[in-house]
Amino acid sequence: MVTLTVDEHYCKGCGLCIVACPKEILQFARHLNEQGYHPVTCLDQEACTGCTLCYVTCPDGAITIVKDK
Amino acid sequence: MKILAKRPKGLTDARLTYCPGCLHGVAHRIIGEAMEELDIVEKTIGIAPVGCSVFAYNFFACDMIQVPHGRAPAVATGMRRAQPDCVVFTYQGDGDLAAIGTAETVHAANRNENISIFFINNAIYGMTGGQMAPTTLPNMRATTAPYGRDVADMGYPMRVCEMLATLETPYYIERVSLLSPKDILKAKKAVKKALKYNKEKKGFCLVEMVSTCPTNWGLDPLASIDWAKKNMLPVFPVGVFKDEAKRQEASK
Amino acid sequence: MGEKILMKGNEAVAEAAIRAGCRHYFAYPITPQNELIEYMAKRMPQVGGTCLQAESEVAAINMVLGAAACGVRAMTSSSSPGISLKQEGISYIAACRLPAVIINVQRGGPGLGNIAPMQCDYFQATRGGGHGDYYTPVLAPSSVQEFADMAPEAFDLAEKYLTPVLIFADGLLGQMMEPVTFEDDYGPQSDKSGWSLGCRKGRKNNHIINSLFIDPYVLKEKTEELFKVYDTIVKNEIRYEYYNVDANPKILVVAFGTVARVVKTAIDELKDQGLEVGLVRPITLWPFPYKAVKEAAKKVEKVITVELNMGQMEQDVRLAVGDTCPTQVIGKAGGVVFTPMEVISMLKENLA
Repeated sequence: MVTLTVDEHYCKGCGLCIVACPKEILQFARHLNEQGYHPVTCLDQEACTGCTLCYVTCPDGAITIVKDK
Repeated sequence: MKILAKRPKGLTDARLTYCPGCLHGVAHRIIGEAMEELDIVEKTIGIAPVGCSVFAYNFFACDMIQVPHGRAPAVATGMRRAQPDCVVFTYQGDGDLAAIGTAETVHAANRNENISIFFINNAIYGMTGGQMAPTTLPNMRATTAPYGRDVADMGYPMRVCEMLATLETPYYIERVSLLSPKDILKAKKAVKKALKYNKEKKGFCLVEMVSTCPTNWGLDPLASIDWAKKNMLPVFPVGVFKDEAKRQEASK
Repeated sequence: MGEKILMKGNEAVAEAAIRAGCRHYFAYPITPQNELIEYMAKRMPQVGGTCLQAESEVAAINMVLGAAACGVRAMTSSSSPGISLKQEGISYIAACRLPAVIINVQRGGPGLGNIAPMQCDYFQATRGGGHGDYYTPVLAPSSVQEFADMAPEAFDLAEKYLTPVLIFADGLLGQMMEPVTFEDDYGPQSDKSGWSLGCRKGRKNNHIINSLFIDPYVLKEKTEELFKVYDTIVKNEIRYEYYNVDANPKILVVAFGTVARVVKTAIDELKDQGLEVGLVRPITLWPFPYKAVKEAAKKVEKVITVELNMGQMEQDVRLAVGDTCPTQVIGKAGGVVFTPMEVISMLKENLA
């Protein structure tokens, strides 16, 4: 199972990861983070294959992806 | 538990000061990854320019210095002689490198200084609010080219890689793009190759990264990437313009 | 003490710098200091050092910035127009608290001027020629021996206070040959590992050298810190020479560099004629020896500043003398050098 976390401290809601995700499971959250951006959240952890495309496109290093054995 | 992706050790944990969707952050990350993978974070000195990336001294985990506008390649040259065993890279925008710093860039290349220059080309002056840069495209608007860049008056966008590739001595010159995940992965390889060549004391490496400036282009992050693909890549084609290691292999 | 060697000023200061441990020199050709870079080009490879001819004086000072940031003794030299090009770099080196030595072998100015000796960069040197609140210590030699000795002195001063130091000569000193001796050892360098950049060898955190402080309160604090250092330099490092000041002269001359030597010749000649003139020779132009000039001025009727420009140091002399007695400046432009005869007749006029 893969867990993807988006660190709200870093996310600026630029949305590039949303478009990059082949499974289309990333979306803006409704709330605002401390910087006033809508951070991105993962809607469906199970669907995440750990392809890391979202991490690759993220300009702010906000995404961490971990695969549990 | 296996980590598939996380912030590289080559970056500090400071929050980047770039605008949302600005690809400076991607350039930072792939440099940070490359330093970590080559295990040179504690052997590298990074040089921050003047421009949007002026605060880079807070973002890279290696030793850092902030230097006068355009002079990074000269500062790197001085460091090269003082610390021969270090890896030295400069991080510069198109104004810093191709306008005020042209002479320093050309001569550092011509001396084949063992440094890596990471040159972020977004065809505009970002920090100062959107003025025209040497790489601004024909008819592209900027605050100092309100009617669009007039090629007859201010010349054609400067192709730094092609220009430097005419010199005999530089070791490795490549232009890459940060405009898609695929391009970013390729860009990462180029960055890593440059730093590896420096580690092996091979000589001058320059990686130009075609990038975006959503804020000053007046486009959202995604639209600016599409615009760059359509307009920047034709003027600034990606590719390897010089790779001494490859040339020597081929001639064997 | 080594044996005496007949050497040009430009070469003597280069040799002394090398003996003082300078192994990194970056410069650009410009008359009247070409022999300095040429000498370095010959000598540095012999001692495993670097002499790099940069593409411009701007590049050269930034190479010094880079080398100094890595904790080595770095130096550049140039002449007046070249020193103008280095001002931004010097301001950075001062703000980044880096030690470095810059030599100005002055020529005629403004503009391209000519290659004759002058002292017309005094304001630029002593008021901080670049942008921002900063000063640089300025050492002004008046002989080839003193010129050479100032290389190790400048490096020690630069490292003691973490500041760029300017050696302020002129074309005459650079081109003139005089016998000079060198020490075998000019003492150790200071330890710079606490802040220098480079291979960490176990140092845990990264070092950052930076002069950008977006927060005005932080820049205010940093600048105030810098000015405490300047206060200490003013307290400890002022140097000057009194010449014939205790022979209760009626007139006091203030002159530095090679002009001071011409004035000394005139003073000796007048002494033979029973006329007493004193001289204060500032050796540090910054910090300026205000007290020394003021004390000497108390015992004379008039203070005359003699310099190779249209009157620059004379402003500092007026600051020092105040209303103690009248002052006058005898300045010459164009690189036309004073002759002893001229100085003698000018002093005699004032003594009559």
